[in-house]
Amino acid sequence: MTVLAVAEHRRGDLRDVSLELVTAGRELADELDTDLAVAVVGGDVDAFAGRLDREGVDTIYTVSEGEEFNHGVYTQAVEQLHADLDPTALLVPNSVNGLDYAPAVADDLGLSLVTDVVAFEGGDPIEVIREQYGGKVETTYDVEADQYVLTIRPAEWPAAEASGDATTEAFEADIDEAALGTTVNGFEEVAGGDVDITEADVLVSVGRGIEDEENIPLIEELADALGATLSSSRPIVDNGWLPQNRQVGQSGKVVTPDVYIAIGISGAVQHVAGMKGSDTIVAINTDPNAPIYDIADYGIVDDLFEVVPELIEQFGGEAPDL
Amino acid sequence: MKILVTVKEVAEVDDEFEIDGLDIAEGSLEYDLNEWDDYAIEEAVTISEARDDVEVVTVTVGPERAEETIRMALAKGADRAVRVWDDAIEDAQFLDVDAKAELLGAVAAEEEPDLVLSGVQAGDDSNGATGVALAETIGFEWAAVVNQLDLDADAGVASVHRELEGGIEELTDVDLPAVLTIQTGINEPRYASLRGIRQAQRKPLEVRSLEDLGLDPSVVESPLERTSMYEPTSESDATVWQGSADETAESLASLLREKGVIEG
Ligand SMILES: Cc1cc2nc3c(=O)[nH]c(=O)nc-3n(C[C@H](O)[C@H](O)[C@H](O)COP(=O)(O)OP(=O)(O)OC[C@H]3O[C@@H](n4cnc5c(N)ncnc54)[C@H](O)[C@@H]3O)c2cc1C
Ligand SMILES: Nc1ncnc2c1ncn2[C@@H]1O[C@H](COP(=O)(O)O)[C@@H](O)[C@H]1O
Repeated sequence: MTVLAVAEHRRGDLRDVSLELVTAGRELADELDTDLAVAVVGGDVDAFAGRLDREGVDTIYTVSEGEEFNHGVYTQAVEQLHADLDPTALLVPNSVNGLDYAPAVADDLGLSLVTDVVAFEGGDPIEVIREQYGGKVETTYDVEADQYVLTIRPAEWPAAEASGDATTEAFEADIDEAALGTTVNGFEEVAGGDVDITEADVLVSVGRGIEDEENIPLIEELADALGATLSSSRPIVDNGWLPQNRQVGQSGKVVTPDVYIAIGISGAVQHVAGMKGSDTIVAINTDPNAPIYDIADYGIVDDLFEVVPELIEQFGGEAPDL
Repeated sequence: MKILVTVKEVAEVDDEFEIDGLDIAEGSLEYDLNEWDDYAIEEAVTISEARDDVEVVTVTVGPERAEETIRMALAKGADRAVRVWDDAIEDAQFLDVDAKAELLGAVAAEEEPDLVLSGVQAGDDSNGATGVALAETIGFEWAAVVNQLDLDADAGVASVHRELEGGIEELTDVDLPAVLTIQTGINEPRYASLRGIRQAQRKPLEVRSLEDLGLDPSVVESPLERTSMYEPTSESDATVWQGSADETAESLASLLREKGVIEG
């Protein structure tokens, strides 16, 4: 049996999702009536092990190989640990790096894989829940396999906080260096630029609903009229309509303004990851089923091209001719 | 050099939609080229334009309807296309990541590409996993979530940036042959020109069955069984203002005044 969860760290820090994985792992271990093992590969493994020693963890395996994530090292180490422990479930974060090795491990070991899991239930078989079609529906799957891999959506489970009394064991992995086909040469941070959207008290944020670059001045005008800062979802930046430092979300900035006004933004999980901590969230979106309404405090289900000019007028501005 | 691009036709759900059993009702769906794959096609075509020995082949697992999407990729500059489909695939409840990796892998085994580009994720299924699983299946190296690519085919290395969370990029060298999963924003996908669309009609589009690929129908079987699909019960306690645009705008304006966003 056993549930094996693999922690994630980057540049010396354990990532939050690691402690969420402990909570999810304990929940699953309880369903399966078994132990929870947590593994950490690379970096300052002893310090990480200390932080991972949370209530509900039975054993922590430290694999002292390398500093930063390398998918070849992770794949080999996790497969060897898997052979040793023979776990029912392998849990990996549904993160950029998690998705860079979990599918390879699953494929190589012939394990069933379900990614971006948001909940699970029951033990035999386990039923997992995930979202499809941009978060508009949830689907449930029975996993009819003795052993499987699940990647766990970040921020769905609370971080494990209470300290534990796990046993820590050093696991000697046998890494075949010659088989490593990638070399990580370093990191680069996206340039800051002129505006820091994380400092703003009020953000007016624009998404793909704006349709065209020529319509962006409408939202700019609203931001001006409110004395607010302009931010956006990813497609706006991908299209080059606004600079990268305006992007809110998983790969952009995490913002926590007093007021966040999402205009023509659907509320994809990667966007929500960057703004759900806002005090008051307002959404303007024609689609009443858009996931943004799940986290909004106020909403206007209407065409932004109708509503925004009216709003600008309310504040004494003048909507640009589009 | 040959580049294989995996291209999926994705389903998009209308604002008002219905669920029919374990799937969205057909009438509530529209189909389009997967956004991430559009960037993968552009990347491949750009590479092929910069050199004169590059063939770009697309591969799609999908029904006949998907040919519209495949033609779009051809119109944007891919040279030819392979579509995998047959009754066994049609009858499967859905294709899991492993099945897709097997099917795409069988085509890769025939085509023997030097580089495979796929999308980070399919907009409908959002597994985010097929590219890496495919790499493992065919014994290629890989890199997930690539937002910059510098190919040195002679040295057999792709130097990539992998987009991590929080505005951090990882700089990595990947040995070829490799599968790279392409992130949006890596380039500016072109629109298909009229000339491109005309030419696409004449480009080869080959349909392959499981048997053609030497695969047993059992490859589409899955230990995963979809048991339900439903609209998530909204945890939302959002106040949704009703009325005409000027009325709703006024309600929002009063809220913003109340919150002190703006004076007066
Ligand atoms: C690894 C990874 C990282 C990512 N990182 C980020 C990130 O950091 N930030 C981010 O934002 N995304 C990120 N994404 C992309 C994310 O998955 C979505 O694709 C993106 O957030 C969608 O942006 P959107 O809401 O603007 O567009 P869409 O999802 O296309 O939504 C547009 C919305 O506008 C509405 N609309 C259309 N017309 C109108 C109108 N006239 N009036 C009002 N409403 C209208 C529609 O109903 C729809 O809900 C990431 C994806 C991946 C895979
Ligand atoms: N049916 C399919 N046909 C061709 N390519 C696919 C198919 N499904 C997935 N892919 C590729 O795999 C990527 C990731 O899909 P997924 O893992 O399902 O999110 C997509 O962007 C496509 O490039």
